[in-house]
Amino acid sequence: MGALMVIFSLQPKQRSKTRDSVEDELELSAVRHRPEGLEQLEAQTRFSRKELQILYRGFKNECPSGVVNEETFKDIYSQFFPQGDASTYAHFLFNAFDTDHNGSVSFEDFVMGLSILLRGTIQEKLNWAFNLYDINKDGYITKEEMLDIMKAIYDMMGKCTYPVLKEETPRQHVEVFFQKMDKNKDGVVTIDEFIDCCQNDENIMRSMHLFENVL
Amino acid sequence: MATGVAAWLPFARAAAIGWMPVANCPMPVAPRDNSKRQDELIILNVSGRRFQTWRTTLDRYPDTLLGSSEKDFFYNEESKEYFFDRDPDAFRSILNFYRTGKLHYPRHECISAYDEELTFFGIIPEIIGDCCYEEYKDRKRENLERLQDDQEENKDQKLPNMNFRETMWRAFENPHTSTMALVFYYVTGFFIAISVITNVVETVPCGTTANQKDMPCGERYTVAFFCMDTACVMIFTVEYLMRLFAAPSRYRFMRSVMSIIDVVAILPYYIGLVMTNNEDVSGAFVTLRVFRVFRIFKFSRHSQGLRILGYTLKSCASELGFLLFSLTMAIIIFATVMFYAEKGSSSSKFTSIPASFWYTIVTMTTLGYGDMVPKTIAGKIFGSICSLSGVLVIALPVPVIVSNFSRIYHQNQRADKRRAQKKARLARIRISKSGSGNAFIQCKRNGLLNELLELTDTEEDEQKLLTKSISLLESQHHHLLHCLEKTTAHEFVDEQMYEQNCLETVLPNYPSRSPSISSQDSSAGTCCGRRGKRNSPLPNASLPSTHQGPLQELSAIHIQCGDPPFHTASRSNLNLKTDNSGRINCKGGRITTAIISLPTPPALTPDGDGLHGPPQRRPLPPPGHPATPSIQTTSSSAGTNIVKVSAL
Repeated sequence: MGALMVIFSLQPKQRSKTRDSVEDELELSAVRHRPEGLEQLEAQTRFSRKELQILYRGFKNECPSGVVNEETFKDIYSQFFPQGDASTYAHFLFNAFDTDHNGSVSFEDFVMGLSILLRGTIQEKLNWAFNLYDINKDGYITKEEMLDIMKAIYDMMGKCTYPVLKEETPRQHVEVFFQKMDKNKDGVVTIDEFIDCCQNDENIMRSMHLFENVL
Repeated sequence: MATGVAAWLPFARAAAIGWMPVANCPMPVAPRDNSKRQDELIILNVSGRRFQTWRTTLDRYPDTLLGSSEKDFFYNEESKEYFFDRDPDAFRSILNFYRTGKLHYPRHECISAYDEELTFFGIIPEIIGDCCYEEYKDRKRENLERLQDDQEENKDQKLPNMNFRETMWRAFENPHTSTMALVFYYVTGFFIAISVITNVVETVPCGTTANQKDMPCGERYTVAFFCMDTACVMIFTVEYLMRLFAAPSRYRFMRSVMSIIDVVAILPYYIGLVMTNNEDVSGAFVTLRVFRVFRIFKFSRHSQGLRILGYTLKSCASELGFLLFSLTMAIIIFATVMFYAEKGSSSSKFTSIPASFWYTIVTMTTLGYGDMVPKTIAGKIFGSICSLSGVLVIALPVPVIVSNFSRIYHQNQRADKRRAQKKARLARIRISKSGSGNAFIQCKRNGLLNELLELTDTEEDEQKLLTKSISLLESQHHHLLHCLEKTTAHEFVDEQMYEQNCLETVLPNYPSRSPSISSQDSSAGTCCGRRGKRNSPLPNASLPSTHQGPLQELSAIHIQCGDPPFHTASRSNLNLKTDNSGRINCKGGRITTAIISLPTPPALTPDGDGLHGPPQRRPLPPPGHPATPSIQTTSSSAGTNIVKVSAL
């Protein structure tokens, strides 16, 4: 009997803890992020007012709370690649967009990133790409980082490809990449090597201009 | 692609810049956005209530009424708006579908009205979101059942052309359809009752004759009872034969429960008729009479309640089985205990464990006849424990079983429903996923044909015809997927092709003997074909073993496909709406097969087919060798073949 009383007395404490967490959750979900004003964004990015309006409407439609967390981001991105698994690449993308590393992408982050990608100079775009590949943001792309990125990209292709994807394909691709980029053969690619090499490659230069009319 | 995330397509395309430094090939050209008009507000006037939305919102779903040009039929010139004479309340959820990408079913709405609205606006109900889908399906099912009930009532009406047999069957099954049937129904019921009462009264002692003990009435008035019995059995036999004659499926009728009961009810009489002479088996004959009691089950045709009881027992058989099992366990345990407890006492009735079963059952069901009682102290203790636990073992499970039964029954129904819906839901997701994947592969084919048309300089009209079929959104999405393909130097294929390729890789790879034309042409060994060149038609399929090889080969084939239509032999239908002059001459059936087949003869075979040599790993023999292709036509011939050949 006494044991039962003790057990019952322990229960309320747990319940209050759960009540707190519920309140915390309510608070989190009540977080609404309101972006900076249109003028400020216009000044900071290279989009016109109308374009910002269109962008924001789409953004807010998908994320009514104003911020995207990583899960939602992965979901959205995966929908464009139905045959493969886009979640790893989406993770890297998310980190590239989330410049202040607070775990969520707000509209400002989103629009800054897009501004670089769509309206930036070649230098800025290459910088952004380097940032994407440099997973730990230490200024060097190592073979392991590149292998991770490469595997993520190949994952997006899925299983049903022609020719059939083999295990060593990403690794081979990384080798080719490093052969091209790593000029001093020290096993890492720095930002300067990267930008240099890309500027000398006409394929890459041409493809950088590919998406300029996206918006 | 889920059009709900169409707004994020620009983002996804921009993010594709991340692949560019990694790619080794040039990227495909982006689709041009020819419609550079500003986004405008559209006014939709639904029975007076005005809804406004952006044009691009409606354009998200081009295969519905509002998303396509069909809405132009409803355009009102004077007021510059689209007028629909429909229910504005239902229209709300339809418009929300365009806005949010999710279709919801409002609960207060009538199911058939909602269905009509969906059909009018060209939206299929299957895309109702998961939050409302169960409700929608439930209501739909109820409606369907209501309609079926209505139909069943009509079923009893006499159809004009029923023959005698069908009329009889209908009379048997539904007694209220005609007076004759009703009379028949009551007569048989009456005779069943008579028969049962006769059987009962037969055994009642009927008073004594002079020098004998009480005799049952049956033996006193043998003749009378025999006549009664005969009459009843005759009626039952006639009824059974008539039912057998009228049954639409005699075999099924004979297997049904009711007919078996009928047979069992009348058989003892006939067996008795046959066997009266033999005294030895008359004992067996007497026991056969027991089966006459089964006539009472014939009442179940007359009583709905009996039928339901039977069905209930059948359906909760597992619960009853559990009850029986637990009882058996308890009985065995206690019988054993009692036997060993009472072993010591003399003149104990507990002579064996099976003998103790009787005591245990009587005690546990709290009957307590008292014909067997324990005498030892241990026996009495265990006996009391037995009766106490009897109450628990018997009384407790029964209501639990009853309530369990009802709960499980309903739950099963709900679980089955949910399982069926889950399967449907997963199927929907899979279909939409594969649909978008296949859409891309199809569009690759069409897109390539676009390029081919460019190469062959066909008329603008045909080009437009082809490009018109995909929306801008889709073409942008496909361009994105195409870029990914170029980056990784692999292509998307559908399941069938993938499996065939897997089969192919099992076969040994022959080393390349003759250089591929493409490898001569291509510079820097890039993975991408030269689309501009229209070189010699030799297909040389020998490939270097890297994965880049086949793509070169495919590019060669690609070129060949682009040759002007000189070939006279069979042309496959490519689903193009172009006329014959512009039709690309990629042959169908053989291409598919060639993947697994032996090397096909090269270009200059008379039917000009060898162009479309397979992108295989085996070398082709030098021209002139008449290799016979092993035509292994797979079933996926006509349409999908093109994918393989022209898929670059």
